[in-house]
Amino acid sequence: MSDSEEPQQKTVIGIAFGNSNSSIAFTSPDGKAEVIANEEGDRQIPSALSYVGDEEYHGAQAKSHLIRNPKNTIAYFRDFLGKSFADIDPTNAHSSAHPIQHETGVAFLVEEKTDAEPSTLTVSEITTRHIKRLQESASDFLGKKIDGCVITVPTDFSEAQRRLLAEASKASGLEVLQVIQEPVASLLAYTAREETSHPADKTVLVLDIGGTRTDAAVIASRGGMFTLLATQHDYELGGRQFDDALVDHFSKEFIKKHKTDPRENERSLAKLRLECEATKKTLSLSTSAQISIESLAGGFDFHSTVNRLRFDLLSKKLVDQIVGLVESVVKKAGMDLSDINEVILAGGSSHTPKIASRIQQLFPSTTAVQAPATNPNALNPSELSARGAAIQASLIAEFEAEDIEQSTHPAVTVTPHLAKPIGVVIHSPEGDEGKAEDKVYVFLDAETAVPARRTATFVGTNVGGDVLIRVVEAKKESVDVTPPKEVKEKAADEDDEDDDDDDEEEEEEKVIKRVTEVEKVIAEALLKDVKKGQKVEVMLNVAGDLTLTITARVVGGKGGIRGTVPGRAQ
Amino acid sequence: MNVVVTKHTLLPAEPEWPHEGGFHILEHLSEPTHRNLEPVGPHYLAHARRKRHHRTFSEDDRIVAAQQAKNVEDADPGEISEPEDAMLLSRDPKDWKNQDHYAVLGISKYRWKATDEQIKRAHRKKVLKHHPDKKAAAGGVDDDNFFKCIQKAMEILTDPVKRRQYDSVDESADVDPPSRKAKGNIYKLWNPVFDSEGRFSKKKPVPRFGDDKSTKANVEEFYNFWYNFDSWRTFEYLDEDVPDDNENRDQKRHVERKNKAARAKRKTEDTARLRKIVDDALAMDVRLQKFRKEERLQKDAKKIAREAEEKRLVEEAKKKAEEDARRKEEEEAAMKASKADAKKAKEAAKNAAKKNKRVLRKGAEDANYFHSDGAAPPDVVANVLADVELLITKLDNEELDVVAKKLAGLKVSDEIKSVLVDGIRGSVGKGSAAEGDFKVLLK
Ligand SMILES: Nc1ncnc2c1ncn2[C@@H]1O[C@H](COP(=O)(O)OP(=O)(O)OP(=O)(O)O)[C@@H](O)[C@H]1O
Ligand SMILES: [Mg+2]
Repeated sequence: MSDSEEPQQKTVIGIAFGNSNSSIAFTSPDGKAEVIANEEGDRQIPSALSYVGDEEYHGAQAKSHLIRNPKNTIAYFRDFLGKSFADIDPTNAHSSAHPIQHETGVAFLVEEKTDAEPSTLTVSEITTRHIKRLQESASDFLGKKIDGCVITVPTDFSEAQRRLLAEASKASGLEVLQVIQEPVASLLAYTAREETSHPADKTVLVLDIGGTRTDAAVIASRGGMFTLLATQHDYELGGRQFDDALVDHFSKEFIKKHKTDPRENERSLAKLRLECEATKKTLSLSTSAQISIESLAGGFDFHSTVNRLRFDLLSKKLVDQIVGLVESVVKKAGMDLSDINEVILAGGSSHTPKIASRIQQLFPSTTAVQAPATNPNALNPSELSARGAAIQASLIAEFEAEDIEQSTHPAVTVTPHLAKPIGVVIHSPEGDEGKAEDKVYVFLDAETAVPARRTATFVGTNVGGDVLIRVVEAKKESVDVTPPKEVKEKAADEDDEDDDDDDEEEEEEKVIKRVTEVEKVIAEALLKDVKKGQKVEVMLNVAGDLTLTITARVVGGKGGIRGTVPGRAQ
Repeated sequence: MNVVVTKHTLLPAEPEWPHEGGFHILEHLSEPTHRNLEPVGPHYLAHARRKRHHRTFSEDDRIVAAQQAKNVEDADPGEISEPEDAMLLSRDPKDWKNQDHYAVLGISKYRWKATDEQIKRAHRKKVLKHHPDKKAAAGGVDDDNFFKCIQKAMEILTDPVKRRQYDSVDESADVDPPSRKAKGNIYKLWNPVFDSEGRFSKKKPVPRFGDDKSTKANVEEFYNFWYNFDSWRTFEYLDEDVPDDNENRDQKRHVERKNKAARAKRKTEDTARLRKIVDDALAMDVRLQKFRKEERLQKDAKKIAREAEEKRLVEEAKKKAEEDARRKEEEEAAMKASKADAKKAKEAAKNAAKKNKRVLRKGAEDANYFHSDGAAPPDVVANVLADVELLITKLDNEELDVVAKKLAGLKVSDEIKSVLVDGIRGSVGKGSAAEGDFKVLLK
């Protein structure tokens, strides 16, 4: 693998390939991932190609051609890759070149050259052209030929779609080292930023709100390794719907003034949409924004302003839907909202302050929400996938193809994961309410891939004597800790004769606390004669066959105790 | 190695921990779940290096391993399950008020029960199939009427307020109640009716009609609930359109007033409709008769039991009284008998003592008053008899008896004398007499 004697280091990049935008990133020699701007200075490069005259336009230029030349502009095509015509939703391509059926797949019919018949460009072909342009931008920026890349795709991309994507890239001259999942790339971007070489165990929800879709994923992050626990998608919810909320708002205003609906003319609509998107982005930074369009419809110009409050109101239903998606994916993972330790907001629309604040409200305050509006140190949500891809690319840059194939082989990836959290019972003579209380200190959380090992030290005892290390499987439980209703009220109710029905309507806010409790005791180990205040180190090691080894010793002392619980299969 | 430092204390051990070797196993770890690790990041690559360990995995290994792993992605939406008839496909989207939104999305068998997730998936299937751009691209007619119906259905069913208004008037979800004369299993007839009506309840859970195993309390709760049914049902979905031009204000107000009255009327009618359903159910509910009968039987049984018990108590008391009387009689008789016996014994003892005294006197006489020859002179006789008489008074009846028995058959004078002397010594030893009291016998 990596060999310091090798003279030529490979130049590799990460590519985030979205329906709306794509990004390219590389990892600098000091290990920092950075997103590259193309010639026009864009870091979010619209995934669009437009053919005008004999020219091919890419990115923001191509996107601007949606107004004048929509029929020859191809956009929002990524999700069509590797799909049959029957299986695609053409809605997002309605204002650009329409997808058509071609052989078993999907293609676009565009006038590529002025003097020639329109050509049929398959989605694979368009993808190849798009990646070629991205590669050129990267190569220009880095001043080097690009040797390979890692590309991100959503979790619902099939094996066949991933393969087609790699082939399309290869056809452009860019080798794909690995295709990785978008939410995992986002999580890697954050994890790689942490200084420690031992990332804390946590359960993370990655919420990716893009342009045309919203994807949510619950990921177990254990010892720096990631496991997808649940995913959920909404293919009809994204930045476009937020744009449309503004489009409808301004259209109504325009109709009032000029009795003309700009939405009824395709070109007017395209203009208004593009400007509304810009206005929306402004509202992520400032509390009010202007919109100004010359000759919007019927020869009338349009000038107006909108403030953030109004925008939040217009888009409330959309934010409700996002919240619903989050709740549903957490439920799908068999979890409670408070089991999520961190939420990573990814995708361009995650810049929207209201989305971030609603998500923060949804979760308990102990859950960190990584978004520009809730954490000034958050990474740019638009850049997460590309950064993660660049980090992964740099990690495997020097791997042989065979090496990568074997490292990502299911025989290596498919791994037993713990069904229950495993921990040790800790004793506090004065618990929450001053009563002695025994709790579980979790060493290995549920969904940790085995083999795995964790070590912790404890203050053995505050009084001195023998100490018991009780190793348990735990369960998380929701307990209702709602303070009891006033007793007086209750007594009064009981005097009522028959209709005590209506007091059920004023439902009380329930206060639910999540607690980790002992489910079953696995083993106990005795550590003799521990002096008051001495530290005890406990190590739990679970082997691939679920054999549990418990080791405990007094720090600085001799001896200790060690015991093994065989896995069930033995 | 990474060590987490905590300030927690561990459990104190009991003084006599009962297990050998300081380690005790109670359980195995639970069965693990097989999942896919994401092949990404430095820690994964380290894991892969360890796991591969110079081995090469084959295509077969891939299949075996992949089958084991738990899948997190949902299966694709699949085929549209409900057939789309021509009537539905040719609907006019402007007539959306009369449209069956669930049927348009192909989920008419779920209706109010459809989850948001089901609605979304159903909508997606329909969009994939009916998007006008697809039809146009395939050279079909540019007709987006049904697509508009789909979008309208989606708009209504994904808006909680609009969906509730629609569900309020969605009579296709009603289950017709059986007629009063209907024959058959009443639980099969009525449960679906109330399950469907229950959708309008503000209060959850809604009690079910139940079955023949329902308790009286269940059934009473059921009727109590349904006679006090609190419905969220409203009827604004059926409103007449209010003209929205500003010119005809009176007309607008008139329509609004009309709508309000119509809503109220429908609500009243609905309450009456439900009441009739509950009345009918009650009339047909054989369980009520069963409960009454059971109650009556129970009451009767109780009465019989109570009477039997009373009778038993009376008899018992009578028996006891008789028994008591009998016992008392017996006791009295016994007492009497024992009193008589005691008297007899006393008499016998008295006679015995008399006899014994006579034996003692006779003994002295037989021994010729211990005078050697010839008839004893009167002073001798008097002294001896005085001693004998004294002895007699000093002896109780039993001692007297002992002395008398020893004297029985004795003829020799010395022998008789020594018996009498023994008797005297015995009573002197006892302290009841003194030697000096006796005049002759001790000489
Ligand atoms: N600052 C901002 N504030 C609000 N929205 C923004 C901002 N920046 C970008 N967006 C929106 O983010 C969306 C694009 O997101 P992203 O770049 O993640 O797209 P994508 O992954 O290609 O999307 P998809 O595949 O879902 O279409 C656009 O709708 C854009 O308007
Ligand atoms: Mg995206």
